[in-house]
Amino acid sequence: MASIPYMSRPVVFAGGVSTRRAGSPSFALVLGGTLLYLGVIVLLPLGLLLASAARQSFADLWRAAASARVLAAYQLSFSAAAAAALVNALFGLIVAWVLVRYQFIGRRLLDALVDLPFALPTAVAGIALTALFAPHGWLGAPLAALGVKVAFTPLGITVALVFIGLPFVVRSVQPVLEDLDTIYEDAATSLGASRWQIFARVIFPEIAPALLSGFALAFARGLGEYGSVIFIAGNMPMHTEIAPLLIVSKLEQYDYQGATAIAVVMLCISFMMLLGINLLQWLRSRRLSGAEAGAD
Amino acid sequence: MASFSVLSRRTLSLASEPLWVRRLLIGVAVGFLGLLLVLPLGVVFAEALAHGVGAYLRSFANADMQAALRLTALVTGIAVPANVVFGVTAAWLVTRHEFVGKSLLTTLIDLPFSVSPVIAGFVYVLLYGKNGLLGPWLLAHDLPVIFAVPGIVLVTLFVTFPFVARELIPLMQSQGHEEEQAAMVLGAGGWRTFWRVTVPNIKWGVLYGAMLCTARALGEFGAVSVVSGHIRGETNTVPLHVEVLYNEYDFVGAFAAASLLALLALVTLLGKSFAEWRVRRATLALETPKR
Repeated sequence: MASIPYMSRPVVFAGGVSTRRAGSPSFALVLGGTLLYLGVIVLLPLGLLLASAARQSFADLWRAAASARVLAAYQLSFSAAAAAALVNALFGLIVAWVLVRYQFIGRRLLDALVDLPFALPTAVAGIALTALFAPHGWLGAPLAALGVKVAFTPLGITVALVFIGLPFVVRSVQPVLEDLDTIYEDAATSLGASRWQIFARVIFPEIAPALLSGFALAFARGLGEYGSVIFIAGNMPMHTEIAPLLIVSKLEQYDYQGATAIAVVMLCISFMMLLGINLLQWLRSRRLSGAEAGAD
Repeated sequence: MASFSVLSRRTLSLASEPLWVRRLLIGVAVGFLGLLLVLPLGVVFAEALAHGVGAYLRSFANADMQAALRLTALVTGIAVPANVVFGVTAAWLVTRHEFVGKSLLTTLIDLPFSVSPVIAGFVYVLLYGKNGLLGPWLLAHDLPVIFAVPGIVLVTLFVTFPFVARELIPLMQSQGHEEEQAAMVLGAGGWRTFWRVTVPNIKWGVLYGAMLCTARALGEFGAVSVVSGHIRGETNTVPLHVEVLYNEYDFVGAFAAASLLALLALVTLLGKSFAEWRVRRATLALETPKR
């Protein structure tokens, strides 16, 4: 879904038709209605957050956004999201590879299952993972015997974020692997390259941008994730309290100023990530169209 | 291009990994997905049925649970049609017209995806809350939004906003509009072209987007949690009710509600695979004759 690259096939005669219709009253009406809906549902509320931050003095904002408890929450959110995205980059690549390159029983089922984290409500994922990793859970009990505690620790938060982020990596890498022509690998084989050399030198450079954008998408989602995390986290201040939870607890105390400060920082980080991801996708599409032009 | 690459994938490549590597990688993938995805699903049903089918079914007879089910159905019933209409319109605008600020519009459509659900809920509190911009006026006219159903509908509209448009924009871009031009040249009007040519071409894409949208609307937790106020029987959606029951140690009730949502998620996956398959078939059918 998030992964499908915007196709570069040129739209023939686009100019001719649209200039004729762009001026028509129905076009203006539809465009106006769409922009109004976008404005009311998305832009007005988000703009108001920035406006309400702008009304506060910078010193107040800084105090609220940089207290020790808030900094600990950012640090936890960042490190857990980064660790989860790394795990997903590795295993997501293996899953995508297996789904594209190998034939085996249950492949289609596995392929459909990858989207489960998109479809399953986050609260359901949260309580299920908590029950699974709790000290008496199916996985929690054997892990506890080994001395590993997952539920109610930062490790548990990471597990929840791995669950949430998995489809982003798989669905970013999979279409690129599918479109990758095997003739280059055949050429490399005939020139005597080993299978590992071919992966590292021929295949990996092709899928690296997609892998990176999948990593970034999973990371961005992990930073803001709430529902699946709060059950397994334990929510102890300074220890297992994530940044979105801190916004909720500020709101429950009617500390709107504090909530605004944390929210603005997170929003800025998300926008920068969005910009970076778009840039990556743009670079990739330019690379693809360049390759096609070269092939013609 | 597409048909060519499909063909070349089918013809067995010279290069392949040794059997043990293939088996190892398949084992790792199956094991990872099994631990991460299948086990949690299994836990949901195992916990829900821990005290037998009777207890499981009784938890749905509860009045608060039924109110939660009705509310979730209402919210989904408003949010999904609204965003399907918006998504089709936005995709039509972006892929069939040239206008200033088009790429900005495309970026803005994606915006809700990059906002934490908690922040989505919070900005609505800032706008419609008791101390918000419009809140005092609305409350004076007895139109509560926050801690009431309208707020839940609004944040659900926000979080499900991009799904349909995101699905349709690449699809409609890759299809091009030669067929629509042919219809216009043959004398069909704008509406007729839209219903007879555009809609049949994109219907599986619309369905696919609508399903993702439905899944999110049914299951949204963070944003709804911030604006709902958790009033039992009134503003608790099913996911919020799951949390309430879980925190009260009513595990059978919590996992029973969760199992219903999980079943709906599985239905979504099934439908999504089907719609995806139809989209792929439609795109291939469009592209193959040209090559």
